[in-house]
Amino acid sequence: MSSFRAATRPFIANCWKINSNRVYIKAFSSVRNFPFGVCRESSPAPAEGFMPGLARSKLLKHTHEEALKNPELVDTGVVGGETKKMNFLQGVNDAMCITLATDETAVVFGEDVSFGGVFRCTLGLAEMFGKDRVFNTPLSEQGIVGFGIGMASVGHTAIAEIQFADYIFPAFDQLVNEAAKYRYRSGNEFSIGGLTVRSPSSAVGHGAHYHSQMPEAYFAHTPGLKVVIPRSPIQAKGLLLASIKDPNPVIFFEPKILYRAAGNYEYNGGYSDNRGPLIKIEQVPTGDYELPLGKAEVLKRGKDVTVVGYGSQIYTLEIAIQMAEKHIPGLSCELIDLRTILPWDVDTVAKSVDKTGRLVIAHEAPKTAGFGAEIAASVMERCFLRLESPIQRVCGWDTPFPLVFEKFYLPDVTRCFEAIKKAAEY
Amino acid sequence: MFTARSLVNRIVRTQAFRTCTITKVSRTFVTATRKCQNQEKVEFPGAPRSYFTEKLEFIHSIDAIPTYRVMDKEGKVLVPEEEPNITEEFATKIYKDMVTLNTMDLILYEAQRQGRISFYMTNYGEEAIISCGAALDPSDVIFGQYREAGILLYRGFTLDEFMNQCYSNEKDHGKGRQMPVHYGSKSLNFQTISSPLATQIPHASGAAYALKRTGKKNCVMCFFGDGAASEGDFHAALNFAATMQCPVIFFCRNNGYAISTPALEQYKGDGIASRGIGYGIDTIRVDGNDVWAVYNVTKAARQLAVDEHRPVLIEALTYRVGHHSTSDDSSAYRSKKEVETWMRYDNPITRFRKWLHNKGWWNDEKEANYRVDIRKEILKSFSKAEKIHKPSLTELFSDVYDKPTPNLIAQQKELREIIQKYPANYPLADFKNGGEDL
Repeated sequence: MSSFRAATRPFIANCWKINSNRVYIKAFSSVRNFPFGVCRESSPAPAEGFMPGLARSKLLKHTHEEALKNPELVDTGVVGGETKKMNFLQGVNDAMCITLATDETAVVFGEDVSFGGVFRCTLGLAEMFGKDRVFNTPLSEQGIVGFGIGMASVGHTAIAEIQFADYIFPAFDQLVNEAAKYRYRSGNEFSIGGLTVRSPSSAVGHGAHYHSQMPEAYFAHTPGLKVVIPRSPIQAKGLLLASIKDPNPVIFFEPKILYRAAGNYEYNGGYSDNRGPLIKIEQVPTGDYELPLGKAEVLKRGKDVTVVGYGSQIYTLEIAIQMAEKHIPGLSCELIDLRTILPWDVDTVAKSVDKTGRLVIAHEAPKTAGFGAEIAASVMERCFLRLESPIQRVCGWDTPFPLVFEKFYLPDVTRCFEAIKKAAEY
Repeated sequence: MFTARSLVNRIVRTQAFRTCTITKVSRTFVTATRKCQNQEKVEFPGAPRSYFTEKLEFIHSIDAIPTYRVMDKEGKVLVPEEEPNITEEFATKIYKDMVTLNTMDLILYEAQRQGRISFYMTNYGEEAIISCGAALDPSDVIFGQYREAGILLYRGFTLDEFMNQCYSNEKDHGKGRQMPVHYGSKSLNFQTISSPLATQIPHASGAAYALKRTGKKNCVMCFFGDGAASEGDFHAALNFAATMQCPVIFFCRNNGYAISTPALEQYKGDGIASRGIGYGIDTIRVDGNDVWAVYNVTKAARQLAVDEHRPVLIEALTYRVGHHSTSDDSSAYRSKKEVETWMRYDNPITRFRKWLHNKGWWNDEKEANYRVDIRKEILKSFSKAEKIHKPSLTELFSDVYDKPTPNLIAQQKELREIIQKYPANYPLADFKNGGEDL
């Protein structure tokens, strides 16, 4: 946990503030100078890492109809129901609210959770469900996860929050040696499927070493755990509900830059300019619905290059694809959101690569032994004869996450674009 | 059931214990016997002072640990012998540093609000710990948490150095890689701050053990908060320090809050101090807003640590007047009135100023002049730091290891090529030599 674990509303707000005051202006001018004139109107600030493109992403479901058109919702019972505007953190909050209302054994806990959490994800829950069900813990990540394992071991539902993914490591032993092996070591006598560990992750613009990391690969190496990373409010709610109900321990990483980035108009202040209205939020079904774990989602069909990512990286890839398709006439890319990192959906990715023959993978975590390596290896095994070009990995460099160099560190639009181009033109 | 003696014998036989451990066991054993003359002792080497009782009784608490102070809230010394024997220069240096820290906090907090630096944490209300710096030897090693800028200031970290770090510019010791307030200085024996909490506490035990081995008359001092003391690292560190007899001073700044979590939701025992006793560590609680009390306990603790290789736990009671950080708005979990009440009730700077006034070493004129001068100096430093370029882009890849590894060399080249191809997509002008040296 952090010194700077406190990232409350102002944390994100400041990110926008700094962004709009100084850096953003520079970024915007750099967009104008972008070597591909075609993307002038359609691509916002690329090099920033401040969720370029989110404001105009076509991947967000802005209307009731769009939201419910999702085939994964067909059997969930929410199709005929209502939707409500929610941002990412409201989606997360709603999933916990539904769980607390429908599952008497469910509790939500972690550092500073009681007043709403430093990111406000648990706002209002303590008031609604009582302090014995939504509560602050002492400051100890190993304590939080161990406590959750204990609750789950006697059949309860434990939703634990680790304040930043960067601070999950004191709980590494509890997660890797205890949570992951609880079922296997007891011959299925015991299991702790009721445990879900939520944690804000990923780059945010000024988080440096200890408020930016994306530690999915450490946990992806641990049989027995599931690892989920959602990209949007609808996804966050449905995947979190599925994670909570899943009979296995799940680590749920929430890219913190998404919490409000797509959310509140006032927050974004200077971000509203002549590039059209800001898309605020998604229309999220208000009912209780689950989205499948272990299933990737094809967000855009294409025939030439398969592009795989997850979490906030999806929006960077979306723009990179738009740019590549404009730059290379006739090019069409397929965008896949992995959503679940463990167990991951090899079939969907391999099927896509069998068709396209080209693969670009992007994630924020360092390249060496990052999850991209696993994807590349599996695809090589499955699609070797179909591959038309070397698999491209666009990742964070093999360094700690650096404050002042963040724009040079992240797999930004430019690097993702270049990788797609390289794959296509090989 | 085996007796303690037979257990020791068995251990001796198996030679699992080192000689020193056995000596310690038998020595303590004798002491315990003497103390419990009227009661039958329990012969168990792991609890050498225990005696048998036939009364079934749970121990709920021990007597409250008192809080040592020298001055009252008006800066009046209560027991004259407790006032340290110091010079005017020594005392005013501490006070000036407290005011400097406070002024720097005001300026940098505001700078963050204006988006000029990315983050900040103030020291409001906790300035008295500067006197820890005064009680130590400059070559004693310090491990901080993040709210100990005052000690660094006392040791001679310059205003420029503070500003350069907060601006992540090329003169920052940390090469712009960490968030603001993550200071560190090799020459001042102040290890670089890292954000994770409590991780530094076992480091302090280890460093202290190493110092002891060198035979130098030095100790380590380690700072952390009431929240961090809940982490496993805290417990490991104290137990290690006690068992290895490390010359280390653990200093807990109990400021009432771990972000939003009030101390009483953090623990149920008698503060953090009660834990030190459990680990067999000399422990003291002190009024953390009383400069001379903090000074006296640190000095005494240093003597225990350096001369007798005894670790010490100090719990300083204070109040976090500011928000946790610029990412926090504490009005979401505590009332403004609570903060105002506390500030009226007690503040380490005003208390110490009253003491200086009584002593005749400070007056309103000096106060006004110093505040104006130091503000000017800080602002000068601030503007200077703002104009300095960000570090060279090569620093993104350096220092991961002592020498660059092949993967890093290849990745640096990859970035260089991308930048050369798309220079307009990167804020190169902010960086040293416009990023040319990558």
